[in-house]
Amino acid sequence: MRKLALSDEILLTVEKPARYIGGEVNMQVKDPKEAEIRFCMCFPDVYEIGMSHLGIQILYDIFNRRNDTYCERVYSPWVDLDKIMRERNIPLFALESQDPVKEFDFLGITLQYEMSYTNVLQILELSQIPIYAKDRTEEDPIVIGGGPCSYNPEPIAEFFDFFYIGEGETVYNEILDAYKECKRESKTRNEYLERVAQIEGMYVPAFYDVKYKEDGTIDSFVKNNSKAPDKVVKQVEMNLSETYYPTKPLVPFIKATQDRIVLEIQRGCIRGCRFCQAGMIYRPTRERSLEYLKKCAYEMLQSTGHEEISLSSLSSSDYSNLQKLVYFLIEEFGSKGINISLPSLRIDAFALDVMSKVQDVRKSSLTFAPEAGSQRLRDVINKGLTEEAILEGAGKAFQSGWNRVKLYFMMGLPTENDEDIEGIAVLSDLIAREYYKIPKDQRNGKVSIVTSTSFFVPKPFTPFQWSRMDTIQEYISKQRLLRSKINEQLNRKSIKFNWHEAEVSELEGVLARGDRRIAKVIYDAYKDGCLYDSWSEYFHYDKWMKAFESNGVTLAFYNSRERDENEVFPWDFIDVGVTKEFLLREYRKAKTVKVTPNCRQTCFNCGAKSFGGGVCFEDGTGQITDMNLEDTAVETDESIPKDALEQIKISLSGINNEEVTDER
Amino acid sequence: MNVRIKFQKYGVMKFIGHLDVMRYFQKAFRRANVDNEYSKGFNPHQIMSFAAPLGVGLTSDGEYLDVSLNSCEAPEIMIERINAVMSEGFHITGWNFLKDREENQKAVTAMALVSSADYLVSLKDGYQIGEAIRSQQDFAKEFERFYHQDEIVINKKTKTSEKPVDIKPMISLAAFDKAEYEVKRNSLVKVDNNTMLSGNKSESVAESYENGIFVYLQLDTGSAANLKPELVMEAFYDFLSVPYEKFAWQVHRLEVYTTDTESGKLAALDQVER
Repeated sequence: MRKLALSDEILLTVEKPARYIGGEVNMQVKDPKEAEIRFCMCFPDVYEIGMSHLGIQILYDIFNRRNDTYCERVYSPWVDLDKIMRERNIPLFALESQDPVKEFDFLGITLQYEMSYTNVLQILELSQIPIYAKDRTEEDPIVIGGGPCSYNPEPIAEFFDFFYIGEGETVYNEILDAYKECKRESKTRNEYLERVAQIEGMYVPAFYDVKYKEDGTIDSFVKNNSKAPDKVVKQVEMNLSETYYPTKPLVPFIKATQDRIVLEIQRGCIRGCRFCQAGMIYRPTRERSLEYLKKCAYEMLQSTGHEEISLSSLSSSDYSNLQKLVYFLIEEFGSKGINISLPSLRIDAFALDVMSKVQDVRKSSLTFAPEAGSQRLRDVINKGLTEEAILEGAGKAFQSGWNRVKLYFMMGLPTENDEDIEGIAVLSDLIAREYYKIPKDQRNGKVSIVTSTSFFVPKPFTPFQWSRMDTIQEYISKQRLLRSKINEQLNRKSIKFNWHEAEVSELEGVLARGDRRIAKVIYDAYKDGCLYDSWSEYFHYDKWMKAFESNGVTLAFYNSRERDENEVFPWDFIDVGVTKEFLLREYRKAKTVKVTPNCRQTCFNCGAKSFGGGVCFEDGTGQITDMNLEDTAVETDESIPKDALEQIKISLSGINNEEVTDER
Repeated sequence: MNVRIKFQKYGVMKFIGHLDVMRYFQKAFRRANVDNEYSKGFNPHQIMSFAAPLGVGLTSDGEYLDVSLNSCEAPEIMIERINAVMSEGFHITGWNFLKDREENQKAVTAMALVSSADYLVSLKDGYQIGEAIRSQQDFAKEFERFYHQDEIVINKKTKTSEKPVDIKPMISLAAFDKAEYEVKRNSLVKVDNNTMLSGNKSESVAESYENGIFVYLQLDTGSAANLKPELVMEAFYDFLSVPYEKFAWQVHRLEVYTTDTESGKLAALDQVER
């Protein structure tokens, strides 16, 4: 019988003990003694969130296919267990073997959002691994970072031995093979890192020095080790239909955030929204083949017993075989009680047909993400969604019986003015009016509009990476303005207004575009008790501000400054394919309210073509003929395609009619 | 067709709560391609009900789950198929077809049938009961004294209030070794006239501890009267004037019974036809 790292007494005291016992269906069981390499994969957030992440399941599958490697998992202990582990000095352990993480060869941490950085430090400290990479010895695991936040790893660079920039499918085997070799040859930790630095896509922070100018911006970023490359090239898996896919994903006992099969249908996005980091760093768009996805769906449903399958991508409607895939899933699995969930779908006849087949209209809501309130501002951010298209889509859905709509907007986008904010209120109202166009006897009760706003945070490798971010005061006054504008609308009683806290966004802004000088701030905030910053009940703004102050770091330097076109950014050493020149062209076009058509319409030479595949090489993709790209921007009215990006998110989860019985 | 499945829950799975056990079985049946009957509507779910949900921290040899199927193969094959897709800590030991309900007959859920259950309550290693009790003999002697009181009154907490209850009538058996337990149990249980496949042939999965201190208990369980083993142990500590230690005891359920209306005796849930 498996032995656990924690006593019964502890497990029966903490919330949801199933977070810490492992033993899930499809868990890999190996003899740790026989593994030459022990790899611990970490998602630095609570179990239910971490278990929902596809990337870790892919890597878990890749590593465990190797006979010489045992890959296990660890997640952030919740605050209750965190306290107990500190009091009793219990080292953090991996779920599979329940062995301490510090005994492993590697600790790989995925960085999905900036607000998880203090949790990264918690993982290191509870594992009893020195927090700063420079303090680690030959005995400590090699700590690797990866995931979207590693596209600007600088604020947390000092905590990691190296970062894997890009998609994990490509060179992890090389990294592990090199490790085995180094171990055999009794090489030191530093010698191994030198080997790693020579593998494409790997960034070893210790091999680079940063110098700053007097104004605080970066003067130079140069390597101090000849083995390290000048530029780190992002890793991209170009053949997504002949690569790893976890057909036996882990099935948690407790309900995870994603309690379903996730079928990633494509990577990348052709749309080019200017605020969106994912849309740039995952270029070029690559599709998985229909046959491959059908096979994966079969195998995964069989191996997990899940009752829901969700298609995952940045914009599902752009997947060429979407209709074929969806109708296949409905025909094949619909009768077996399998729910099909289709996020980010454009409203058209197909979507309405599918939605009426796969879900109960009365229980679900439509989600649109116009992101900005006015057409002018939607053009600035290159969100090709028109008011006309939104109203038409909502109208069709209302006629089919829907009466609930969720709308997502951002406030604080570059060039935003009062009319743009008022536009959010007006658009919300127009959608409600669309509903009341339906004759009263055919309506399904009242309409409900939920308008949610978040604050725009400029991200690296987007056209808005130069942009100034609003201050908290500006945000709050914009939020008040919107509140008052919503109150002026005819259907104000049908509109519910939600907003995201400005303090978290402000901090996210600094962590997203910060440099190495932020590391100490993160460290101090963590030591002062900051943890689970993405959970509003645990976010301590005051402690963060204290940490900034005591380190003499001002938030305004990172957030409230329009960056110079020639400024060296902390993340400039990474080559993501998309060039800085392209991003700058896009930024200039944004300021002059010019839109850029999507990748399938015209290629604007973003640079991702250098990877040699994907949408860049599809038949019919427009070629650039004119090298003077400044002038190729098309005026708004002609450029917005009729089938512009409308998004519906259909949420099918959360409605359970299980027979519920009380616990004994 | 309705089937009553008997299963064991043990090892680290004792930390999985009842609702998650339900979700677990739904997925396990899908993995084993069991032809479950689904409810109608937009969110169809497998029709299933549990006899007596087990609390977190407890293990069991005798859990019952009724399911409704459209079709299935022979019991041995079904048991094997499902066990092949289960994780360590869940094991199916019995598969009994239930009689179809006759017309005009009221539907009875497994839960409504339950009247009592047997438990093995063991002291975990690393704990002791006060200063005086050093062995199973010491423990048995003290527990017998406790059990032979005229009444055992505890303050039973309900959602709204706390009231004194005599739990003595709810304890129908206390034994200190396996042979004694079996003799006593057999006098209370209807003789097995049913040679259904189910009979729990598999080894008990109860954990054993070096200290060797344990007690077998048969307690009222179910909607009419319900007594948790933990409450009995707490009352025992009170009797000894020793502070109760919540985590000191491992409770293991051995069997769940219904009361046979004719004989007044108990029958394990897999020995009845409905």
